[in-house]
Amino acid sequence: MKIEEYQERKLTVDGWDVNLTSYRLGAEWHAKADNVSPGATLCRTTGTTREEAEEKALKRAEELLARTRRHQV
Amino acid sequence: MTEYAHPEALVSTEWVAQHAKDPTVRVVEVDVDTKAYNEAHVPGAIAWAWNTQLCDTVRRDILSQPQFEALMSASGVAPDTTLVIYGDNNNWFAAWAFWQAKIYGHKDVRLMNGGRKKWLAEGRDVSVDVPHVAAAEYHARAADVSLRAFLPRVQEASAHRSAALVDVRSPQEFKGEILAPPGLPETCQRGGHIPGARNIPWGKACNDDGSFKSADELRALYAKEGVDGSKPVIAYCRIGERSSHTWFVLKYLLGFENVTNYDGSWTEWGNLVGAEVARGAAA
Repeated sequence: MKIEEYQERKLTVDGWDVNLTSYRLGAEWHAKADNVSPGATLCRTTGTTREEAEEKALKRAEELLARTRRHQV
Repeated sequence: MTEYAHPEALVSTEWVAQHAKDPTVRVVEVDVDTKAYNEAHVPGAIAWAWNTQLCDTVRRDILSQPQFEALMSASGVAPDTTLVIYGDNNNWFAAWAFWQAKIYGHKDVRLMNGGRKKWLAEGRDVSVDVPHVAAAEYHARAADVSLRAFLPRVQEASAHRSAALVDVRSPQEFKGEILAPPGLPETCQRGGHIPGARNIPWGKACNDDGSFKSADELRALYAKEGVDGSKPVIAYCRIGERSSHTWFVLKYLLGFENVTNYDGSWTEWGNLVGAEVARGAAA
C-alpha cells in the first residue's frame, strides 16, 4: 500500500501560517494541519475527497488558532 | 563538504526500506500519540506514544530505568538491537526517544533522516498492520545525567553565562508574544525567555523535505549566534522535545562534546515564582 497524490501547501488561517498536507491512502483522503512556526500538528482529518479532508482540517485548525492570545511585549 | 561528526546516528529512508524487517533492527515511529501511526506507517514499525510511553505519567520526568527497560523489553529491543526511530514533525518526538535511549546507554540508536514526512512524500510503501514482536530481555545502564540539564544548572548558566543557552522555540514564543505554539494550550504563566539565551528555532536545522541540513550549513547556523562548541550548550524549548532535536544536531551531527537538553524547558522556567525573564528579541 502506498501514499498517493501527496501534497503540501501553505496558507494563512486566522492570521497564522498553516501548512496543510493531504494525500490519498486507498479510498480515503487524509489531511493534516500544522502551524508553520514552530511546526506542531494541530489536527488530522479524513474524507472521501481531498477537499473534504482539507476542509475539515482547516475548520479545526481555525478553531484552535482562534484561541491563541497575542501578548504585548 | 564536511561530514557529520557521527553519521552512524542517521539512516536514510532508503536504508530503512531495505532493513526495516531485519531481525536485528527494530523500527519505531514516535509521536506525541499514535494517531499518525494508526493511519499508516513504515511496514514493520511499531509505535511509541510520547505522552504515555516516553514519560513518567505520574510525576513530571523521563522514564525511570525500570520503566525504560520494560518499554524496550516489550518492544522486542535487546541491548544489541539496532534501534531506528522516526516520527512526524521532522522527528521532534523521535529525537526525544533517541535522547532517552542514549541516557540509558543504548548503543546503536539512529534517526531516520527526514522522518515520517520524507517517507510519505517519497511515496514509499506503508502499512496499517501492527507487527507482533516477541519480548526481549533488556537491562539498561544507569541514567547518564550528563546529557540532561536540570534547573540549578540552567540558573547558574543564565546568571554567569557559563553555558550557551539555545532557545529553539519560535521567535514569537521567545519574545513573549505568545505563551505556546499557535493553536496549542498555554502552559506557562509568563512569556519570554531565559536571560542570556539565543533564539535559534529548531526548524532552521532542517531542509524542506524534513532532512537535516549539511554539517557546513548547521555549523554556520549556530556559529552565527555564537554557539560553536567552545563552551557547554544547553538547549531548551517548551517541553523538551524540540530541544532534543537540536541536542541531536549539536551533539551527533556537529560533534559538540558538552550538550545537554533542559527538558524542564519553558514550562518549568516560565512558571517559576521569582525567576528572571527576558522579553523581546535577543540583545
